[in-house]
Amino acid sequence: MLCSVCHKNPAKVHLTQIIKDKMHKVDLCEECSKQKGVTDPAGFSLADLLLGLGASQELDKPAAKGAAEPACPACGFAQSDFKKTGRLGCAQCYETFAEGLQGILKGMHKGTRHAGKAPAAQRRQRDVTEELKALQKRLDKAVTDEHFEEAARLRDQLRALRGAVETV
Amino acid sequence: MNVTAFLSPPAEACRRHGPQDMIVLSSRIRLARNITGFAFPGWAKKAERVRAHELLRQAVESAPAMKGALTQPMDAVSALEKQLLVERHLISREHAARNAGSGLVLDRAESLCVMINEEDHLRMQALRPGFQLKEAWVALDTLDTHLDARLPYAFSPELGYLTACPTNVGTGIRVSAMLHLPGLVLAELINPVIQAVNKLGLAVRGLYGEGTEALGNIFQVSNQMTLGESEPEILAKITKVVQQLVENERNARAKMLEERPRVLFNHVGRAFGTVANAYSIASKEAMNLLSLLRLGHDLGMFPALERAVVDELLLTTQPAHLQHGHAGKLEADERDLLRAEVLRSRLHDVARPETRHLTPRSGPVHSPQPSEEDPT
Repeated sequence: MLCSVCHKNPAKVHLTQIIKDKMHKVDLCEECSKQKGVTDPAGFSLADLLLGLGASQELDKPAAKGAAEPACPACGFAQSDFKKTGRLGCAQCYETFAEGLQGILKGMHKGTRHAGKAPAAQRRQRDVTEELKALQKRLDKAVTDEHFEEAARLRDQLRALRGAVETV
Repeated sequence: MNVTAFLSPPAEACRRHGPQDMIVLSSRIRLARNITGFAFPGWAKKAERVRAHELLRQAVESAPAMKGALTQPMDAVSALEKQLLVERHLISREHAARNAGSGLVLDRAESLCVMINEEDHLRMQALRPGFQLKEAWVALDTLDTHLDARLPYAFSPELGYLTACPTNVGTGIRVSAMLHLPGLVLAELINPVIQAVNKLGLAVRGLYGEGTEALGNIFQVSNQMTLGESEPEILAKITKVVQQLVENERNARAKMLEERPRVLFNHVGRAFGTVANAYSIASKEAMNLLSLLRLGHDLGMFPALERAVVDELLLTTQPAHLQHGHAGKLEADERDLLRAEVLRSRLHDVARPETRHLTPRSGPVHSPQPSEEDPT
Protein backbone atom coordinates (compact mmCIF):
# COMPACT_ATOMS: atom_id res chain seq x y z
CA MET A 1 0.00 0.00 0.00
CA LEU A 2 1.35 3.40 -0.99
CA CYS A 3 1.20 6.58 1.05
CA SER A 4 -1.97 8.52 0.29
CA VAL A 5 -0.12 11.85 0.37
CA CYS A 6 3.06 11.38 -1.70
CA HIS A 7 1.97 8.19 -3.53
CA LYS A 8 5.64 7.12 -3.58
CA ASN A 9 6.69 5.42 -0.38
CA PRO A 10 4.98 2.47 1.27
CA ALA A 11 2.44 3.47 3.93
CA LYS A 12 3.56 2.73 7.46
CA VAL A 13 1.14 4.82 9.50
CA HIS A 14 -2.55 3.93 9.28
CA LEU A 15 -5.10 6.26 10.78
CA THR A 16 -8.75 5.65 11.36
CA GLN A 17 -11.07 8.13 12.92
CA ILE A 18 -14.82 7.92 13.23
CA ILE A 19 -16.60 11.19 12.74
CA LYS A 20 -20.36 10.89 13.03
CA ASP A 21 -20.73 7.25 12.02
CA LYS A 22 -18.44 7.71 9.01
CA MET A 23 -15.08 6.07 9.02
CA HIS A 24 -12.20 8.07 7.62
CA LYS A 25 -8.97 6.24 6.80
CA VAL A 26 -5.63 7.66 5.86
CA ASP A 27 -2.45 5.72 5.12
CA LEU A 28 0.83 7.58 5.28
CA CYS A 29 4.52 6.85 4.84
CA GLU A 30 6.86 7.70 7.68
CA GLU A 31 8.07 10.90 6.09
CA CYS A 32 4.63 12.30 5.34
CA SER A 33 3.31 11.34 8.76
CA LYS A 34 6.13 13.36 10.33
CA GLN A 35 5.47 16.24 8.01
CA LYS A 36 1.79 16.26 8.85
CA GLY A 37 2.56 16.15 12.53
CA VAL A 38 0.83 12.82 13.04
CA THR A 39 3.54 11.76 15.47
CA ASP A 40 2.53 14.56 17.82
CA PRO A 41 -0.46 12.97 19.51
CA ALA A 42 -1.54 16.15 21.26
CA GLY A 43 -1.89 18.41 18.28
CA PHE A 44 -3.30 16.03 15.76
CA SER A 45 -6.74 15.43 14.43
CA LEU A 46 -7.69 13.69 11.26
CA ALA A 47 -9.81 16.68 10.34
CA ASP A 48 -6.68 18.80 10.16
CA LEU A 49 -5.04 16.21 8.02
CA LEU A 50 -8.02 16.03 5.70
CA LEU A 51 -7.81 19.77 5.34
CA GLY A 52 -4.20 19.26 4.38
CA LEU A 53 -5.18 16.75 1.73
CA GLY A 54 -8.05 18.07 -0.42
CA ALA A 55 -7.57 21.53 -1.77
CA SER A 56 -4.64 22.10 0.30
CA GLN A 57 -2.61 19.67 -1.69
CA GLU A 58 -3.11 22.09 -4.52
CA LEU A 59 -2.34 24.94 -2.19
CA ASP A 60 0.72 23.15 -0.86
CA LYS A 61 2.42 22.95 -4.24
CA PRO A 62 3.80 26.49 -4.41
CA ALA A 63 4.96 26.11 -0.83
CA ALA A 64 7.00 23.11 -1.80
CA LYS A 65 8.74 25.21 -4.41
CA GLY A 66 9.79 27.62 -1.71
CA ALA A 67 7.06 30.20 -2.20
CA ALA A 68 5.16 31.56 0.79
CA GLU A 69 2.31 29.53 2.24
CA PRO A 70 -1.05 30.57 0.77
CA ALA A 71 -2.89 32.95 3.03
CA CYS A 72 -6.30 34.59 3.18
CA PRO A 73 -6.15 37.86 1.20
CA ALA A 74 -8.47 39.55 3.70
CA CYS A 75 -6.77 38.72 6.99
CA GLY A 76 -3.48 36.98 6.24
CA PHE A 77 -4.51 33.79 7.99
CA ALA A 78 -2.68 30.72 6.68
CA GLN A 79 -3.48 27.06 6.69
CA SER A 80 -0.88 26.27 9.30
CA ASP A 81 -2.66 28.69 11.63
CA PHE A 82 -5.80 26.61 11.33
CA LYS A 83 -3.81 23.55 12.25
CA LYS A 84 -2.61 25.29 15.37
CA THR A 85 -5.88 26.75 16.58
CA GLY A 86 -8.72 24.91 14.83
CA ARG A 87 -10.26 28.35 14.24
CA LEU A 88 -10.35 30.46 11.08
CA GLY A 89 -9.14 34.05 10.74
CA CYS A 90 -12.14 35.84 9.26
CA ALA A 91 -15.35 35.29 7.32
CA GLN A 92 -13.41 35.49 4.04
CA CYS A 93 -11.33 32.46 5.07
CA TYR A 94 -14.36 30.29 4.28
CA GLU A 95 -13.87 31.23 0.63
CA THR A 96 -10.08 31.16 0.68
CA PHE A 97 -9.97 27.65 2.10
CA ALA A 98 -13.32 26.52 0.69
CA GLU A 99 -12.08 23.36 -0.94
CA GLY A 100 -10.23 22.07 2.08
CA LEU A 101 -13.06 22.96 4.41
CA GLN A 102 -15.57 21.01 2.41
CA GLY A 103 -14.31 17.67 3.67
CA ILE A 104 -14.15 18.89 7.27
CA LEU A 105 -17.67 20.27 7.23
CA LYS A 106 -19.00 17.09 5.67
CA GLY A 107 -17.59 15.04 8.53
CA MET A 108 -18.80 17.43 11.20
CA HIS A 109 -22.33 18.30 10.24
CA LYS A 110 -25.59 16.83 9.11
CA GLY A 111 -25.44 18.51 5.72
CA THR A 112 -23.21 20.78 3.70
CA ARG A 113 -25.82 23.41 2.93
CA HIS A 114 -27.30 25.89 5.36
CA ALA A 115 -30.92 25.40 6.29
CA GLY A 116 -32.53 27.90 8.59
CA LYS A 117 -32.53 31.56 9.48
CA ALA A 118 -30.89 34.09 7.16
CA PRO A 119 -30.27 37.82 7.50
CA ALA A 120 -33.22 39.93 6.33
CA ALA A 121 -31.39 41.19 3.22
CA GLN A 122 -30.60 37.63 2.18
CA ARG A 123 -34.15 36.56 2.87
CA ARG A 124 -35.60 39.28 0.66
CA GLN A 125 -33.28 38.28 -2.13
CA ARG A 126 -34.14 34.62 -1.66
CA ASP A 127 -37.86 35.45 -1.73
CA VAL A 128 -37.56 37.48 -4.93
CA THR A 129 -35.51 34.77 -6.62
CA GLU A 130 -38.13 32.23 -5.69
CA GLU A 131 -40.97 34.41 -6.85
CA LEU A 132 -39.22 34.98 -10.19
CA LYS A 133 -38.76 31.24 -10.58
CA ALA A 134 -42.42 30.56 -9.79
CA LEU A 135 -43.61 33.21 -12.24
CA GLN A 136 -41.35 31.86 -14.99
CA LYS A 137 -42.71 28.39 -14.39
CA ARG A 138 -46.31 29.59 -14.67
CA LEU A 139 -45.41 31.55 -17.80
CA ASP A 140 -43.85 28.49 -19.43
CA LYS A 141 -46.93 26.45 -18.60
CA ALA A 142 -49.26 29.15 -19.95
CA VAL A 143 -47.31 29.22 -23.21
CA THR A 144 -47.37 25.42 -23.52
CA ASP A 145 -51.09 25.39 -22.82
CA GLU A 146 -51.54 28.23 -25.34
CA HIS A 147 -53.16 30.50 -22.76
CA PHE A 148 -51.67 33.56 -24.39
CA GLU A 149 -53.61 36.18 -22.48
CA GLU A 150 -52.47 34.67 -19.19
CA ALA A 151 -48.93 34.40 -20.59
CA ALA A 152 -48.86 38.08 -21.52
CA ARG A 153 -50.02 39.03 -18.05
CA LEU A 154 -47.35 36.86 -16.41
CA ARG A 155 -44.69 38.25 -18.74
CA ASP A 156 -45.57 41.78 -17.64
CA GLN A 157 -45.45 40.73 -13.98
CA LEU A 158 -42.03 39.16 -14.50
CA ARG A 159 -40.75 42.31 -16.20
CA ALA A 160 -42.07 44.49 -13.42
CA LEU A 161 -40.45 42.32 -10.73
CA ARG A 162 -37.12 42.16 -12.56
CA GLY A 163 -37.22 45.91 -13.01
CA ALA A 164 -37.88 46.37 -9.31
CA VAL A 165 -34.91 44.15 -8.41
CA GLU A 166 -32.59 46.10 -10.70
CA THR A 167 -33.55 49.45 -9.25
CA VAL A 168 -32.87 48.24 -5.69
CA MET B 1 -22.80 49.67 38.39
CA ASN B 2 -20.55 46.66 38.71
CA VAL B 3 -21.29 42.97 38.30
CA THR B 4 -21.62 42.26 42.02
CA ALA B 5 -24.15 45.01 42.55
CA PHE B 6 -26.11 44.03 39.45
CA LEU B 7 -26.52 40.29 40.03
CA SER B 8 -29.54 39.24 42.07
CA PRO B 9 -28.75 37.54 45.39
CA PRO B 10 -28.45 33.73 45.12
CA ALA B 11 -31.59 33.14 47.21
CA GLU B 12 -33.56 35.19 44.71
CA ALA B 13 -31.87 33.74 41.64
CA CYS B 14 -32.73 30.21 42.79
CA ARG B 15 -36.39 31.05 43.24
CA ARG B 16 -37.02 31.51 39.53
CA HIS B 17 -39.13 28.55 38.65
CA GLY B 18 -39.93 26.92 35.35
CA PRO B 19 -41.82 23.90 34.06
CA GLN B 20 -40.39 20.53 35.08
CA ASP B 21 -37.60 22.11 37.08
CA MET B 22 -37.44 19.07 39.33
CA ILE B 23 -35.27 17.51 36.60
CA VAL B 24 -34.67 20.23 33.99
CA LEU B 25 -32.65 22.85 35.88
CA SER B 26 -32.46 25.30 33.00
CA SER B 27 -32.85 25.79 29.26
CA ARG B 28 -30.37 27.73 27.23
CA ILE B 29 -29.94 28.77 23.60
CA ARG B 30 -26.80 30.31 22.22
CA LEU B 31 -26.21 31.93 18.84
CA ALA B 32 -22.80 32.65 17.34
CA ARG B 33 -22.58 35.62 14.97
CA ASN B 34 -19.78 37.54 13.28
CA ILE B 35 -19.68 40.70 11.23
CA THR B 36 -17.92 41.36 7.96
CA GLY B 37 -14.93 43.67 7.74
CA PHE B 38 -13.30 42.48 10.96
CA ALA B 39 -11.15 39.41 11.58
CA PHE B 40 -12.53 36.93 14.12
CA PRO B 41 -11.58 37.88 17.71
CA GLY B 42 -8.99 35.11 18.07
CA TRP B 43 -7.09 36.35 15.01
CA ALA B 44 -7.71 40.12 15.15
CA LYS B 45 -5.10 42.42 16.65
CA LYS B 46 -6.08 44.25 19.80
CA ALA B 47 -6.86 47.58 18.08
CA GLU B 48 -9.21 45.80 15.66
CA ARG B 49 -10.91 43.97 18.50
CA VAL B 50 -11.42 47.21 20.38
CA ARG B 51 -13.02 48.85 17.32
CA ALA B 52 -15.30 45.85 16.73
CA HIS B 53 -16.23 45.76 20.41
CA GLU B 54 -17.38 49.37 20.34
CA LEU B 55 -19.53 48.82 17.25
CA LEU B 56 -21.05 45.61 18.60
CA ARG B 57 -21.68 46.99 22.08
CA GLN B 58 -23.68 49.92 20.73
CA ALA B 59 -25.84 47.66 18.58
CA VAL B 60 -26.50 45.25 21.45
CA GLU B 61 -27.35 48.06 23.89
CA SER B 62 -29.88 49.47 21.43
CA ALA B 63 -32.06 46.34 21.68
CA PRO B 64 -35.35 46.86 23.57
CA ALA B 65 -34.66 43.73 25.63
CA MET B 66 -31.44 45.33 26.85
CA LYS B 67 -33.10 48.28 28.53
CA GLY B 68 -31.44 48.73 31.92
CA ALA B 69 -28.80 46.16 31.03
CA LEU B 70 -25.36 45.93 32.55
CA THR B 71 -22.56 46.62 30.09
CA GLN B 72 -19.00 45.89 31.06
CA PRO B 73 -15.72 45.72 29.19
CA MET B 74 -13.99 42.56 30.37
CA ASP B 75 -10.94 44.47 31.61
CA ALA B 76 -13.22 46.27 34.08
CA VAL B 77 -14.49 43.01 35.57
CA SER B 78 -12.45 41.59 38.45
CA ALA B 79 -11.30 37.98 38.44
CA LEU B 80 -13.75 37.17 41.24
CA GLU B 81 -16.68 38.74 39.40
CA LYS B 82 -15.78 36.82 36.25
CA GLN B 83 -15.87 33.61 38.24
CA LEU B 84 -19.24 34.61 39.74
CA LEU B 85 -20.60 35.05 36.22
CA VAL B 86 -19.26 31.64 35.22
CA GLU B 87 -20.88 30.02 38.26
CA ARG B 88 -24.18 31.64 37.27
CA HIS B 89 -23.71 30.23 33.75
CA LEU B 90 -23.88 33.74 32.29
CA ILE B 91 -20.48 33.69 30.60
CA SER B 92 -18.21 30.89 29.43
CA ARG B 93 -14.92 30.04 31.09
CA GLU B 94 -13.24 31.10 27.84
CA HIS B 95 -14.82 34.52 28.06
CA ALA B 96 -13.77 34.88 31.68
CA ALA B 97 -10.18 34.63 30.47
CA ARG B 98 -10.57 37.66 28.19
CA ASN B 99 -9.72 41.28 28.87
CA ALA B 100 -9.48 44.48 26.84
CA GLY B 101 -11.39 44.38 23.56
CA SER B 102 -14.01 41.98 24.91
CA GLY B 103 -17.14 42.75 26.83
CA LEU B 104 -20.50 41.62 28.04
CA VAL B 105 -24.04 42.94 28.04
CA LEU B 106 -26.43 41.35 30.53
CA ASP B 107 -30.13 42.19 30.68
CA ARG B 108 -31.92 43.21 33.89
CA ALA B 109 -33.66 39.84 34.25
CA GLU B 110 -30.35 37.95 33.85
CA SER B 111 -31.99 35.93 31.10
CA LEU B 112 -30.19 37.37 28.07
CA CYS B 113 -26.44 37.71 27.98
CA VAL B 114 -24.26 38.76 25.07
CA MET B 115 -20.56 38.02 25.11
CA ILE B 116 -18.72 40.37 22.76
CA ASN B 117 -15.50 39.10 21.21
CA GLU B 118 -15.46 35.70 22.78
CA GLU B 119 -14.48 33.15 20.12
CA ASP B 120 -16.90 34.90 17.75
CA HIS B 121 -17.77 38.58 17.57
CA LEU B 122 -21.08 37.84 19.23
CA ARG B 123 -22.06 34.94 21.42
CA MET B 124 -25.55 35.68 22.64
CA GLN B 125 -27.52 33.46 24.90
CA ALA B 126 -30.97 33.25 26.38
CA LEU B 127 -31.45 31.41 29.67
CA ARG B 128 -34.69 30.23 31.23
CA PRO B 129 -35.36 28.23 34.39
CA GLY B 130 -36.83 24.77 33.84
CA PHE B 131 -37.85 23.36 30.49
CA GLN B 132 -38.46 26.45 28.32
CA LEU B 133 -36.39 25.98 25.21
CA LYS B 134 -39.01 27.46 22.95
CA GLU B 135 -39.39 30.60 25.07
CA ALA B 136 -35.60 30.99 25.12
CA TRP B 137 -35.48 30.68 21.34
CA VAL B 138 -38.19 33.30 20.81
CA ALA B 139 -36.33 35.80 23.01
CA LEU B 140 -33.00 35.17 21.33
CA ASP B 141 -34.42 35.16 17.80
CA THR B 142 -35.92 38.59 18.50
CA LEU B 143 -32.58 39.97 19.72
CA ASP B 144 -30.80 38.46 16.71
CA THR B 145 -33.28 40.01 14.28
CA HIS B 146 -32.80 43.39 15.96
CA LEU B 147 -29.03 43.11 15.57
CA ASP B 148 -29.33 41.89 11.99
CA ALA B 149 -30.90 45.22 11.05
CA ARG B 150 -27.91 47.10 12.51
CA LEU B 151 -24.87 44.94 11.85
CA PRO B 152 -23.43 43.47 8.64
CA TYR B 153 -23.59 39.81 9.63
CA ALA B 154 -21.07 37.50 7.98
CA PHE B 155 -23.31 35.11 6.08
CA SER B 156 -23.02 32.88 3.06
CA PRO B 157 -26.14 31.51 1.36
CA GLU B 158 -24.49 28.12 1.20
CA LEU B 159 -22.77 27.88 4.60
CA GLY B 160 -25.05 30.15 6.62
CA TYR B 161 -23.67 32.27 9.46
CA LEU B 162 -19.88 32.13 9.33
CA THR B 163 -18.14 31.37 12.63
CA ALA B 164 -14.54 31.21 13.81
CA CYS B 165 -14.79 27.47 14.35
CA PRO B 166 -16.22 25.36 11.52
CA THR B 167 -18.14 23.33 14.11
CA ASN B 168 -20.56 26.24 14.60
CA VAL B 169 -21.07 27.34 11.00
CA GLY B 170 -24.60 27.36 9.59
CA THR B 171 -27.19 28.27 12.17
CA GLY B 172 -24.53 29.03 14.81
CA ILE B 173 -27.00 27.68 17.32
CA ARG B 174 -26.46 25.63 20.41
CA VAL B 175 -29.60 24.46 22.13
CA SER B 176 -28.98 22.96 25.54
CA ALA B 177 -30.78 21.81 28.63
CA MET B 178 -29.21 21.26 32.03
CA LEU B 179 -30.54 18.12 33.66
CA HIS B 180 -30.32 16.72 37.16
CA LEU B 181 -30.12 12.95 36.72
CA PRO B 182 -29.21 11.31 40.05
CA GLY B 183 -31.69 8.47 39.50
CA LEU B 184 -30.04 7.36 36.28
CA VAL B 185 -26.60 7.65 37.89
CA LEU B 186 -27.57 5.60 40.96
CA ALA B 187 -29.32 3.00 38.82
CA GLU B 188 -26.12 2.80 36.73
CA LEU B 189 -28.09 3.57 33.62
CA ILE B 190 -26.41 6.85 32.83
CA ASN B 191 -23.71 5.50 30.51
CA PRO B 192 -26.01 3.67 28.11
CA VAL B 193 -28.30 6.70 28.15
CA ILE B 194 -25.41 9.04 27.28
CA GLN B 195 -24.34 6.72 24.50
CA ALA B 196 -27.84 6.65 23.07
CA VAL B 197 -27.99 10.45 23.13
CA ASN B 198 -24.56 10.66 21.48
CA LYS B 199 -25.76 8.38 18.70
CA LEU B 200 -28.37 10.98 17.83
CA GLY B 201 -25.57 13.44 17.16
CA LEU B 202 -26.08 15.26 20.46
CA ALA B 203 -23.45 16.02 23.06
CA VAL B 204 -23.67 15.31 26.79
CA ARG B 205 -21.41 17.47 28.90
CA GLY B 206 -20.75 18.37 32.51
CA LEU B 207 -21.94 21.33 34.51
CA TYR B 208 -19.80 24.02 32.95
CA GLY B 209 -19.90 22.87 29.35
CA GLU B 210 -17.17 21.53 27.17
CA GLY B 211 -14.61 19.36 28.89
CA THR B 212 -16.06 19.59 32.38
CA GLU B 213 -17.06 16.91 34.85
CA ALA B 214 -20.66 15.97 35.53
CA LEU B 215 -20.50 17.20 39.11
CA GLY B 216 -23.60 16.87 41.23
CA ASN B 217 -25.17 14.49 38.69
CA ILE B 218 -25.82 17.48 36.46
CA PHE B 219 -25.59 16.96 32.72
CA GLN B 220 -25.93 19.29 29.76
CA VAL B 221 -27.49 17.94 26.60
CA SER B 222 -26.93 19.95 23.44
CA ASN B 223 -26.76 19.75 19.68
CA GLN B 224 -23.36 19.44 18.02
CA MET B 225 -24.25 19.91 14.38
CA THR B 226 -25.20 23.33 13.09
CA LEU B 227 -25.09 22.96 9.32
CA GLY B 228 -27.86 21.32 7.33
CA GLU B 229 -30.61 21.51 9.95
CA SER B 230 -32.82 24.52 10.66
CA GLU B 231 -33.24 26.04 14.10
CA PRO B 232 -36.77 24.64 14.60
CA GLU B 233 -35.56 21.18 13.60
CA ILE B 234 -32.70 21.29 16.10
CA LEU B 235 -35.02 22.67 18.77
CA ALA B 236 -37.57 19.92 18.16
CA LYS B 237 -34.91 17.23 18.35
CA ILE B 238 -33.47 18.41 21.67
CA THR B 239 -36.96 18.93 23.08
CA LYS B 240 -37.84 15.36 22.26
CA VAL B 241 -34.64 13.97 23.72
CA VAL B 242 -35.01 16.03 26.91
CA GLN B 243 -38.59 14.83 27.35
CA GLN B 244 -37.35 11.29 26.97
CA LEU B 245 -34.55 11.83 29.50
CA VAL B 246 -36.99 13.34 32.02
CA GLU B 247 -39.14 10.25 31.57
CA ASN B 248 -36.12 7.94 31.98
CA GLU B 249 -35.04 9.76 35.13
CA ARG B 250 -38.52 9.56 36.65
CA ASN B 251 -38.67 5.85 35.86
CA ALA B 252 -35.22 5.23 37.28
CA ARG B 253 -36.22 6.96 40.53
CA ALA B 254 -39.52 5.05 40.76
CA LYS B 255 -37.80 1.77 40.03
CA MET B 256 -35.08 2.37 42.64
CA LEU B 257 -37.73 3.26 45.20
CA GLU B 258 -39.65 0.13 44.35
CA GLU B 259 -36.81 -2.35 44.08
CA ARG B 260 -33.91 -1.00 46.12
CA PRO B 261 -35.30 1.61 48.49
CA ARG B 262 -32.59 1.03 51.07
CA VAL B 263 -29.84 1.83 48.62
CA LEU B 264 -31.63 5.05 47.83
CA PHE B 265 -32.29 5.96 51.49
CA ASN B 266 -28.72 5.04 52.37
CA HIS B 267 -27.33 7.45 49.78
CA VAL B 268 -29.63 10.29 50.72
CA GLY B 269 -29.29 9.69 54.46
CA ARG B 270 -25.50 9.61 54.37
CA ALA B 271 -25.40 12.66 52.13
CA PHE B 272 -27.57 14.57 54.57
CA GLY B 273 -25.47 13.40 57.51
CA THR B 274 -22.27 14.65 55.94
CA VAL B 275 -23.45 17.81 54.30
CA ALA B 276 -25.35 19.02 57.37
CA ASN B 277 -22.63 18.14 59.88
CA ALA B 278 -19.23 18.44 58.21
CA TYR B 279 -16.68 20.99 59.44
CA SER B 280 -14.67 20.97 56.24
CA ILE B 281 -15.92 20.05 52.81
CA ALA B 282 -14.53 20.48 49.30
CA SER B 283 -16.57 21.94 46.46
CA LYS B 284 -16.91 18.72 44.49
CA GLU B 285 -17.98 16.66 47.48
CA ALA B 286 -20.51 19.30 48.48
CA MET B 287 -22.02 19.31 45.00
CA ASN B 288 -22.34 15.55 44.85
CA LEU B 289 -23.93 15.39 48.29
CA LEU B 290 -26.27 18.32 47.64
CA SER B 291 -27.40 16.52 44.49
CA LEU B 292 -28.47 13.58 46.66
CA LEU B 293 -30.17 15.95 49.08
CA ARG B 294 -32.09 17.39 46.15
CA LEU B 295 -33.10 13.86 45.14
CA GLY B 296 -34.22 13.22 48.74
CA HIS B 297 -36.32 16.37 48.59
CA ASP B 298 -37.91 15.24 45.32
CA LEU B 299 -38.79 11.89 46.89
CA GLY B 300 -40.46 13.62 49.82
CA MET B 301 -37.83 12.71 52.41
CA PHE B 302 -37.41 16.31 53.63
CA PRO B 303 -40.94 17.73 53.99
CA ALA B 304 -39.72 20.99 55.54
CA LEU B 305 -36.92 21.64 53.06
CA GLU B 306 -37.53 23.75 49.98
CA ARG B 307 -35.84 22.75 46.76
CA ALA B 308 -34.82 26.37 46.25
CA VAL B 309 -32.69 26.14 49.40
CA VAL B 310 -30.77 23.18 47.99
CA ASP B 311 -30.35 25.00 44.68
CA GLU B 312 -29.16 28.06 46.53
CA LEU B 313 -26.58 25.99 48.38
CA LEU B 314 -25.46 24.42 45.12
CA LEU B 315 -24.66 27.95 44.00
CA THR B 316 -23.38 29.57 47.20
CA THR B 317 -20.93 26.77 47.93
CA GLN B 318 -19.15 27.34 44.60
CA PRO B 319 -15.71 28.91 45.11
CA ALA B 320 -16.43 32.44 43.85
CA HIS B 321 -19.83 32.72 45.54
CA LEU B 322 -18.25 31.54 48.78
CA GLN B 323 -15.42 34.00 48.44
CA HIS B 324 -17.81 36.79 47.53
CA GLY B 325 -18.82 38.86 50.54
CA HIS B 326 -15.82 37.65 52.42
CA ALA B 327 -13.06 40.16 52.96
CA GLY B 328 -9.62 38.90 52.04
CA LYS B 329 -8.74 36.10 49.71
CA LEU B 330 -9.53 32.64 51.02
CA GLU B 331 -7.26 29.71 50.31
CA ALA B 332 -8.82 26.40 49.25
CA ASP B 333 -8.66 24.87 52.76
CA GLU B 334 -10.16 28.00 54.28
CA ARG B 335 -12.95 27.82 51.72
CA ASP B 336 -13.61 24.22 52.73
CA LEU B 337 -14.11 25.34 56.33
CA LEU B 338 -16.35 28.23 55.32
CA ARG B 339 -18.35 26.03 52.95
CA ALA B 340 -19.05 23.54 55.73
CA GLU B 341 -20.13 26.41 57.97
CA VAL B 342 -22.55 27.75 55.36
CA LEU B 343 -24.03 24.29 54.86
CA ARG B 344 -24.33 23.54 58.58
CA SER B 345 -26.07 26.79 59.36
CA ARG B 346 -28.43 26.66 56.37
CA LEU B 347 -29.40 23.03 57.06
CA HIS B 348 -29.46 23.39 60.83
CA ASP B 349 -33.23 23.18 61.18
CA VAL B 350 -33.83 20.51 58.57
CA ALA B 351 -35.15 17.33 60.15
CA ARG B 352 -33.52 13.98 59.46
CA PRO B 353 -34.76 12.24 56.31
CA GLU B 354 -38.22 10.73 56.56
CA THR B 355 -38.66 7.38 54.81
CA ARG B 356 -41.55 5.65 56.52
CA HIS B 357 -44.25 7.12 54.28
CA LEU B 358 -42.31 5.99 51.22
CA THR B 359 -42.43 2.33 52.15
CA PRO B 360 -46.09 1.55 52.85
CA ARG B 361 -45.83 -2.01 51.64
CA SER B 362 -44.36 -4.79 53.69
CA GLY B 363 -42.02 -7.05 51.82
CA PRO B 364 -38.69 -6.19 50.35
CA VAL B 365 -38.22 -3.03 52.36
CA HIS B 366 -38.73 -4.61 55.74
CA SER B 367 -37.03 -7.88 55.01
CA PRO B 368 -33.27 -7.86 55.07
CA GLN B 369 -31.64 -7.56 51.69
CA PRO B 370 -28.11 -8.77 52.14
CA SER B 371 -27.57 -9.16 48.42
CA GLU B 372 -28.13 -5.50 47.74
CA GLU B 373 -25.01 -3.82 46.60
CA ASP B 374 -24.06 -0.23 46.87
CA PRO B 375 -23.95 1.00 43.28
CA THR B 376 -21.29 3.58 43.92
